[in-house]
Amino acid sequence: MSSAMLNLILEATLDTLYMVAVSGLIAAALGIPLGVMLYVTRPRQILAQPMLNSALGIMTNIGRSVPFIILMVAIIPFTRMLVGSSIGTNAAVVPLTIAAIPFIARLVEGALNEVPPGLVEAAQSMGATPWQIISRVLLPEARGGIFTALTVTIVTLVSYSAMAGAVGGGGLGDLGIRYGYNRFNPTIMLITVAILVVMVQGFQSLGDYLVRKSDHK
Amino acid sequence: MIRLHNVSKTYYPTSQRRNARAVKALKPVDLHVPQGQIHGVIGLSGAGKSTLIRCVNLLERPTTGTVSVDGQELTGLSRDELNQARHRIGMIFQHFNLLTSRTVFDNVALPLKLMGVSRREIRERVTPLLDLVGLDDKARQYPAQLSGGQKQRVAIARALASRPRVLLCDEATSALDPHTTGAILELLRDINRKLGLTILLITHEMEVVKSICHRVSLISGGELVEAADVGDFFTAPTTQLGRDFLNDFLELEPPDALVQRLEDQPGEHSHPVVRLTFSGDAVSTPLVSRLARDCGVDVSILQAKVESIQDRTLGLMIAELMGDVEDTRRALTYLNDHDLQVEVLGYVQRDA
Repeated sequence: MSSAMLNLILEATLDTLYMVAVSGLIAAALGIPLGVMLYVTRPRQILAQPMLNSALGIMTNIGRSVPFIILMVAIIPFTRMLVGSSIGTNAAVVPLTIAAIPFIARLVEGALNEVPPGLVEAAQSMGATPWQIISRVLLPEARGGIFTALTVTIVTLVSYSAMAGAVGGGGLGDLGIRYGYNRFNPTIMLITVAILVVMVQGFQSLGDYLVRKSDHK
Repeated sequence: MIRLHNVSKTYYPTSQRRNARAVKALKPVDLHVPQGQIHGVIGLSGAGKSTLIRCVNLLERPTTGTVSVDGQELTGLSRDELNQARHRIGMIFQHFNLLTSRTVFDNVALPLKLMGVSRREIRERVTPLLDLVGLDDKARQYPAQLSGGQKQRVAIARALASRPRVLLCDEATSALDPHTTGAILELLRDINRKLGLTILLITHEMEVVKSICHRVSLISGGELVEAADVGDFFTAPTTQLGRDFLNDFLELEPPDALVQRLEDQPGEHSHPVVRLTFSGDAVSTPLVSRLARDCGVDVSILQAKVESIQDRTLGLMIAELMGDVEDTRRALTYLNDHDLQVEVLGYVQRDA
């Protein structure tokens, strides 16, 4: 294999990692608070706001029901406004982030739901404010579940990023389609898939390690 | 110290379940627990015990009535003021409700962190609390590494961290084995004496009431149906439910073989079988021999036991009174005159 080809593979790998890392970070920063909101505004929860809860729920569901490939093209004007272009890795980060936010939010909501209600009740009996309950009880107790949620999201982003490549996002998916599929080069196809497999394994192992470390049950 | 006035709780159906009926979990209740007392509320499951105790620190907001703790009316406070007031009310739970992500030390420190106490003061206050509950060597462990009894000790230390005036115990020993239950109750009594802490507890176990409570209320169908000093309750409950609880607790039921032979009505050749409950002076009276001498009745004891309930002694006996109709009637009158509770369970044939 030529060194130009190796360079291409390395570059594509870094592009994929870049897209996954940036969209994952931004999505976590927005998705975790949204997940918390979804949970604490439920009826009979510590900040019960049934109307707001329904509204957030519907928004989240819409976000999750649009297929990623459609979302990507549908928000091109928005993407262009934000990063000035609709192609390239930066442009791919926008739809990736938008797809991942409701995904993370629902998973985080589920993780919070696993915290026994008795713990919240105990904190209330100690005079904890809703914010204290969130920061000192709900989030720490759900830490393992939240790491699981983030791991699932990152792995999903790896595969979504490959799709983003198909519309000019770059990265391993793009490489696989252009060189592996369009130019009938099965070796390149195999190499990109192999790198993706290793990447997913790595993220999953890291996630599992963090979950294990935060679990004292 | 704790005063509930006209407190009731009705659960109305939520908007999603319009067809559900409103549930009256608690009918208007008055309850007063003076400073330093251990007050037990006993009842079967679903009687409203949990709702009652949750109304004291407003985990459940009562539908009607007022709740005062330490002279402060909680039902009139704003949310912030209520959170402040809750620092003076500790609470422990059936399932301990410890945070699994925090060590024993950090669990006990939690209420202090919430109050904004400095790190140094937290250390100074938590360590003696762990000493008090006998877990000073477990400070660095996580709750999952502890036994049920140890977890409840951590919960007690945590409840005491904010130096409350009142401790609420929600079925605190119901998830524990009898031996551990005894140890936890011992600790609660200790705390009550040492710190002068007022304790309100709910339970379905007479053992809990017997071993640490000063006063007891009986709850049924969301109402307090009976309230008495523990000694009185165990010697002479005034309601049928109270008697049922007592008999279940004392396990003093006539043997099955006898129950099958019991007849409701006295016959010409039958003997009464009686359950005698005696306390006070009657305990030290040589009852059986007097019945024989004064009434000419032979007493066949089928079952008997003596219980000490705090400073009182309670004697119980199931006996068959053997004699002719006239003599046994005299014997029953004699027993009734001597401060004994006599309950005729039925009659058995003389020669059977």
